Amino acid sequence: MDLGPHAAFIVLSYAAALIILVALVGWILFDHRALKRTLAGLEKQGVTRRSDGPSR
Amino acid sequence: MGLIDLANPSRFLGFTDRILPWLIGVTGLLLAIGLYQVSLAPDDYQQGATVKIMFIHVPAAWLAMFGWSVMSLSALGTLVWRHPLADVAAKAAAPIGAAFTLLCLISGSLWGRPMWGTYWVWDARLTSVFVLFLMYLGVIALWRTIEEPTRAGRVVAILTLVGAINIPIIKYSVEFWNTLHQPASVMRLDGPTIHASILIPLLTMAIAFTLLFVTLHLAAMRNEILRRRVRMMQLMQAQAAPGH
Repeated sequence: MDLGPHAAFIVLSYAAALIILVALVGWILFDHRALKRTLAGLEKQGVTRRSDGPSR
Repeated sequence: MGLIDLANPSRFLGFTDRILPWLIGVTGLLLAIGLYQVSLAPDDYQQGATVKIMFIHVPAAWLAMFGWSVMSLSALGTLVWRHPLADVAAKAAAPIGAAFTLLCLISGSLWGRPMWGTYWVWDARLTSVFVLFLMYLGVIALWRTIEEPTRAGRVVAILTLVGAINIPIIKYSVEFWNTLHQPASVMRLDGPTIHASILIPLLTMAIAFTLLFVTLHLAAMRNEILRRRVRMMQLMQAQAAPGH
Protein backbone atom coordinates (compact mmCIF):
# COMPACT_ATOMS: atom_id res chain seq x y z
CA MET A 1 0.00 0.00 0.00
CA ASP A 2 1.56 3.29 -1.15
CA LEU A 3 0.73 6.04 1.35
CA GLY A 4 2.33 8.80 -0.72
CA PRO A 5 4.39 11.78 0.45
CA HIS A 6 2.38 12.25 3.67
CA ALA A 7 2.74 8.67 4.92
CA ALA A 8 4.17 9.77 8.28
CA PHE A 9 0.99 11.73 9.12
CA ILE A 10 -1.22 8.75 8.24
CA VAL A 11 0.90 6.26 10.23
CA LEU A 12 1.05 8.63 13.23
CA SER A 13 -2.75 9.03 13.18
CA TYR A 14 -3.33 5.27 13.26
CA ALA A 15 -0.61 4.88 15.92
CA ALA A 16 -2.36 7.52 18.06
CA ALA A 17 -5.67 5.67 17.65
CA LEU A 18 -4.02 2.39 18.68
CA ILE A 19 -2.29 3.90 21.73
CA ILE A 20 -5.37 5.80 22.98
CA LEU A 21 -7.79 2.88 22.49
CA VAL A 22 -5.41 0.26 23.96
CA ALA A 23 -4.81 2.54 26.96
CA LEU A 24 -8.59 2.93 27.43
CA VAL A 25 -9.27 -0.81 27.17
CA GLY A 26 -6.29 -1.59 29.45
CA TRP A 27 -7.42 0.91 32.10
CA ILE A 28 -10.97 -0.55 32.17
CA LEU A 29 -9.63 -4.13 32.38
CA PHE A 30 -7.10 -3.36 35.15
CA ASP A 31 -9.73 -1.36 37.05
CA HIS A 32 -12.13 -4.33 36.86
CA ARG A 33 -9.52 -6.78 38.14
CA ALA A 34 -8.48 -4.45 40.99
CA LEU A 35 -12.12 -3.95 42.06
CA LYS A 36 -12.85 -7.70 41.97
CA ARG A 37 -9.73 -8.32 44.07
CA THR A 38 -10.76 -5.69 46.64
CA LEU A 39 -14.31 -7.09 46.79
CA ALA A 40 -13.01 -10.61 47.29
CA GLY A 41 -10.73 -9.34 50.08
CA LEU A 42 -13.62 -7.64 51.87
CA GLU A 43 -15.84 -10.72 51.56
CA LYS A 44 -12.99 -12.84 52.93
CA GLN A 45 -12.93 -10.58 55.98
CA GLY A 46 -16.65 -11.29 56.48
CA VAL A 47 -17.94 -7.92 55.26
CA THR A 48 -21.20 -8.31 53.35
CA ARG A 49 -23.62 -5.88 51.78
CA ARG A 50 -26.93 -5.24 53.58
CA SER A 51 -28.79 -7.04 50.76
CA ASP A 52 -26.55 -10.11 51.27
CA GLY A 53 -27.19 -10.42 54.99
CA PRO A 54 -25.85 -9.08 58.32
CA SER A 55 -22.37 -7.56 58.34
CA ARG A 56 -19.68 -8.11 60.90
CA MET B 1 -35.91 -9.49 31.07
CA GLY B 2 -37.35 -6.02 30.46
CA LEU B 3 -35.44 -2.74 30.41
CA ILE B 4 -36.94 -1.82 33.78
CA ASP B 5 -35.27 -4.88 35.34
CA LEU B 6 -31.86 -3.46 34.38
CA ALA B 7 -32.43 -0.62 36.87
CA ASN B 8 -31.43 -3.19 39.50
CA PRO B 9 -27.58 -3.05 39.67
CA SER B 10 -27.25 -6.81 40.38
CA ARG B 11 -29.38 -7.67 37.34
CA PHE B 12 -27.43 -5.14 35.27
CA LEU B 13 -24.17 -6.86 36.28
CA GLY B 14 -25.61 -10.22 35.18
CA PHE B 15 -26.74 -8.66 31.90
CA THR B 16 -23.28 -7.16 31.18
CA ASP B 17 -21.56 -10.46 32.01
CA ARG B 18 -23.74 -12.18 29.40
CA ILE B 19 -23.67 -9.55 26.65
CA LEU B 20 -20.04 -8.28 26.85
CA PRO B 21 -18.36 -11.36 25.26
CA TRP B 22 -20.75 -11.07 22.26
CA LEU B 23 -20.19 -7.32 21.95
CA ILE B 24 -16.40 -7.78 22.09
CA GLY B 25 -16.59 -10.42 19.34
CA VAL B 26 -18.82 -8.36 17.01
CA THR B 27 -16.77 -5.17 17.62
CA GLY B 28 -13.50 -6.99 16.84
CA LEU B 29 -14.99 -8.49 13.68
CA LEU B 30 -16.37 -5.16 12.44
CA LEU B 31 -13.07 -3.38 13.19
CA ALA B 32 -11.21 -6.03 11.17
CA ILE B 33 -13.67 -5.69 8.25
CA GLY B 34 -13.48 -1.88 8.47
CA LEU B 35 -9.66 -1.83 8.43
CA TYR B 36 -9.64 -4.27 5.48
CA GLN B 37 -12.03 -1.96 3.58
CA VAL B 38 -9.83 1.03 4.50
CA SER B 39 -6.80 -0.76 3.03
CA LEU B 40 -8.70 -1.22 -0.26
CA ALA B 41 -10.23 2.28 -0.38
CA PRO B 42 -8.91 4.49 -3.20
CA ASP B 43 -6.99 7.72 -2.64
CA ASP B 44 -8.96 10.95 -2.83
CA TYR B 45 -8.50 12.92 -6.06
CA GLN B 46 -7.43 16.01 -4.11
CA GLN B 47 -6.11 14.75 -0.75
CA GLY B 48 -4.38 11.59 -1.96
CA ALA B 49 -3.76 8.90 0.68
CA THR B 50 -4.25 11.32 3.59
CA VAL B 51 -7.99 10.62 3.20
CA LYS B 52 -7.22 7.43 5.21
CA ILE B 53 -6.97 9.64 8.31
CA MET B 54 -10.68 10.40 7.84
CA PHE B 55 -11.59 6.77 8.67
CA ILE B 56 -10.51 7.30 12.28
CA HIS B 57 -10.95 11.08 12.60
CA VAL B 58 -14.64 11.25 11.61
CA PRO B 59 -15.85 8.29 13.76
CA ALA B 60 -13.84 9.70 16.70
CA ALA B 61 -15.48 13.12 16.19
CA TRP B 62 -18.97 11.58 16.07
CA LEU B 63 -18.30 9.61 19.26
CA ALA B 64 -16.86 12.66 21.01
CA MET B 65 -20.31 14.27 20.60
CA PHE B 66 -22.14 10.97 21.19
CA GLY B 67 -20.38 10.60 24.56
CA TRP B 68 -21.62 13.98 25.79
CA SER B 69 -25.12 13.19 24.44
CA VAL B 70 -25.13 9.93 26.47
CA MET B 71 -24.05 11.93 29.52
CA SER B 72 -26.80 14.51 28.89
CA LEU B 73 -29.50 11.81 28.67
CA SER B 74 -28.09 10.24 31.82
CA ALA B 75 -28.16 13.67 33.50
CA LEU B 76 -31.89 13.86 32.74
CA GLY B 77 -32.23 10.35 34.20
CA THR B 78 -30.50 11.54 37.37
CA LEU B 79 -32.36 14.83 37.83
CA VAL B 80 -35.84 14.00 36.46
CA TRP B 81 -36.41 10.27 36.87
CA ARG B 82 -33.79 9.56 39.60
CA HIS B 83 -32.90 6.35 37.80
CA PRO B 84 -30.45 4.35 39.98
CA LEU B 85 -28.06 3.69 37.10
CA ALA B 86 -28.23 7.13 35.43
CA ASP B 87 -25.28 8.70 37.25
CA VAL B 88 -23.37 5.41 36.90
CA ALA B 89 -23.84 5.69 33.11
CA ALA B 90 -22.83 9.37 33.12
CA LYS B 91 -19.66 8.78 35.15
CA ALA B 92 -18.64 5.78 33.02
CA ALA B 93 -19.10 7.70 29.73
CA ALA B 94 -16.87 10.67 30.65
CA PRO B 95 -13.37 9.13 30.26
CA ILE B 96 -14.45 7.24 27.12
CA GLY B 97 -15.84 10.41 25.55
CA ALA B 98 -12.66 12.26 26.54
CA ALA B 99 -10.49 9.58 24.88
CA PHE B 100 -12.43 9.79 21.59
CA THR B 101 -12.29 13.62 21.71
CA LEU B 102 -8.50 13.47 22.22
CA LEU B 103 -8.22 11.06 19.28
CA CYS B 104 -10.36 13.42 17.17
CA LEU B 105 -8.10 16.38 18.03
CA ILE B 106 -4.83 14.52 17.40
CA SER B 107 -5.93 12.87 14.13
CA GLY B 108 -7.47 16.15 12.92
CA SER B 109 -4.26 17.99 13.69
CA LEU B 110 -2.19 15.37 11.83
CA TRP B 111 -4.61 15.61 8.87
CA GLY B 112 -4.56 19.42 8.93
CA ARG B 113 -0.78 19.81 8.62
CA PRO B 114 -0.44 18.28 5.11
CA MET B 115 -3.84 19.58 3.87
CA TRP B 116 -4.08 23.07 5.41
CA GLY B 117 -0.40 23.71 6.08
CA THR B 118 -0.98 23.98 9.84
CA TYR B 119 -1.56 21.63 12.78
CA TRP B 120 -3.97 23.98 14.49
CA VAL B 121 -6.09 27.06 13.90
CA TRP B 122 -8.50 28.67 16.35
CA ASP B 123 -11.53 28.40 14.07
CA ALA B 124 -15.03 27.69 15.40
CA ARG B 125 -15.02 23.90 14.77
CA LEU B 126 -11.57 23.17 16.21
CA THR B 127 -12.07 25.50 19.17
CA SER B 128 -15.51 24.09 20.07
CA VAL B 129 -14.14 20.52 19.99
CA PHE B 130 -11.21 21.61 22.16
CA VAL B 131 -13.72 23.15 24.59
CA LEU B 132 -15.59 19.81 24.60
CA PHE B 133 -12.33 18.06 25.60
CA LEU B 134 -11.80 20.55 28.45
CA MET B 135 -15.41 20.00 29.56
CA TYR B 136 -14.83 16.23 29.71
CA LEU B 137 -11.73 16.82 31.86
CA GLY B 138 -13.74 19.18 34.09
CA VAL B 139 -16.49 16.60 34.60
CA ILE B 140 -13.95 13.85 35.40
CA ALA B 141 -12.28 16.18 37.93
CA LEU B 142 -15.66 17.05 39.50
CA TRP B 143 -16.54 13.37 39.93
CA ARG B 144 -13.25 12.92 41.81
CA THR B 145 -13.75 16.04 43.93
CA ILE B 146 -17.08 15.06 45.54
CA GLU B 147 -16.78 11.80 47.46
CA GLU B 148 -20.47 10.91 47.88
CA PRO B 149 -21.53 9.46 44.48
CA THR B 150 -25.22 10.50 44.58
CA ARG B 151 -24.40 14.11 45.45
CA ALA B 152 -21.62 14.19 42.86
CA GLY B 153 -24.07 12.76 40.31
CA ARG B 154 -26.53 15.64 40.80
CA VAL B 155 -23.83 18.35 40.58
CA VAL B 156 -22.27 16.76 37.48
CA ALA B 157 -25.73 16.33 35.88
CA ILE B 158 -26.37 20.09 36.06
CA LEU B 159 -22.93 20.88 34.61
CA THR B 160 -23.45 18.27 31.87
CA LEU B 161 -26.81 19.75 30.80
CA VAL B 162 -25.32 23.25 30.69
CA GLY B 163 -22.41 21.92 28.62
CA ALA B 164 -24.78 20.20 26.18
CA ILE B 165 -25.21 23.57 24.43
CA ASN B 166 -21.73 22.94 22.95
CA ILE B 167 -22.94 19.91 20.92
CA PRO B 168 -25.10 21.86 18.40
CA ILE B 169 -22.39 24.55 18.37
CA ILE B 170 -19.83 21.92 17.26
CA LYS B 171 -22.23 20.42 14.69
CA TYR B 172 -23.25 23.74 13.09
CA SER B 173 -19.99 25.68 13.63
CA VAL B 174 -18.95 25.01 10.04
CA GLU B 175 -22.21 26.55 8.79
CA PHE B 176 -22.57 29.48 11.22
CA TRP B 177 -18.99 30.72 10.89
CA ASN B 178 -16.35 30.92 8.20
CA THR B 179 -14.03 28.04 9.18
CA LEU B 180 -10.93 26.40 7.75
CA HIS B 181 -12.60 23.08 8.59
CA GLN B 182 -14.72 21.75 5.74
CA PRO B 183 -18.55 21.60 6.01
CA ALA B 184 -20.38 18.32 6.67
CA SER B 185 -20.08 15.78 3.87
CA VAL B 186 -21.96 12.77 5.32
CA MET B 187 -24.78 14.05 7.60
CA ARG B 188 -26.45 16.37 5.05
CA LEU B 189 -30.08 16.93 4.12
CA ASP B 190 -29.25 16.35 0.43
CA GLY B 191 -27.29 13.15 1.19
CA PRO B 192 -23.57 12.38 1.48
CA THR B 193 -21.18 13.99 -1.02
CA ILE B 194 -18.59 11.20 -0.65
CA HIS B 195 -18.19 8.44 -3.26
CA ALA B 196 -19.39 4.99 -2.16
CA SER B 197 -15.85 3.55 -2.39
CA ILE B 198 -14.85 5.83 0.52
CA LEU B 199 -18.25 6.20 2.22
CA ILE B 200 -18.76 2.44 2.84
CA PRO B 201 -15.45 1.93 4.74
CA LEU B 202 -16.16 5.16 6.66
CA LEU B 203 -19.59 3.90 7.76
CA THR B 204 -18.18 0.46 8.66
CA MET B 205 -15.51 2.12 10.82
CA ALA B 206 -18.14 4.41 12.36
CA ILE B 207 -20.33 1.43 13.34
CA ALA B 208 -17.27 -0.45 14.67
CA PHE B 209 -16.17 2.57 16.76
CA THR B 210 -19.74 3.01 18.05
CA LEU B 211 -19.87 -0.65 19.11
CA LEU B 212 -16.47 -0.18 20.77
CA PHE B 213 -17.88 2.81 22.67
CA VAL B 214 -20.94 0.80 23.78
CA THR B 215 -18.77 -2.17 24.84
CA LEU B 216 -16.37 0.02 26.83
CA HIS B 217 -19.26 1.98 28.33
CA LEU B 218 -21.00 -1.17 29.61
CA ALA B 219 -17.68 -2.47 31.00
CA ALA B 220 -16.99 0.89 32.69
CA MET B 221 -20.54 0.95 34.13
CA ARG B 222 -19.93 -2.53 35.56
CA ASN B 223 -16.72 -1.23 37.17
CA GLU B 224 -18.54 1.78 38.65
CA ILE B 225 -21.20 -0.45 40.23
CA LEU B 226 -18.45 -2.62 41.75
CA ARG B 227 -16.61 0.53 42.97
CA ARG B 228 -19.76 1.68 44.79
CA ARG B 229 -20.15 -1.76 46.36
CA VAL B 230 -16.54 -1.64 47.57
CA ARG B 231 -17.12 1.85 48.99
CA MET B 232 -20.32 0.74 50.76
CA MET B 233 -18.64 -2.36 52.23
CA GLN B 234 -15.62 -0.35 53.42
CA LEU B 235 -17.96 2.14 55.13
CA MET B 236 -19.83 -0.73 56.83
CA GLN B 237 -16.53 -2.26 57.89
CA ALA B 238 -15.39 1.04 59.36
CA GLN B 239 -18.69 1.52 61.23
CA ALA B 240 -18.51 -2.00 62.64
CA ALA B 241 -14.93 -1.53 63.83
CA PRO B 242 -14.47 -1.50 67.67
CA GLY B 243 -14.44 2.00 69.17
CA HIS B 244 -16.47 3.52 66.34
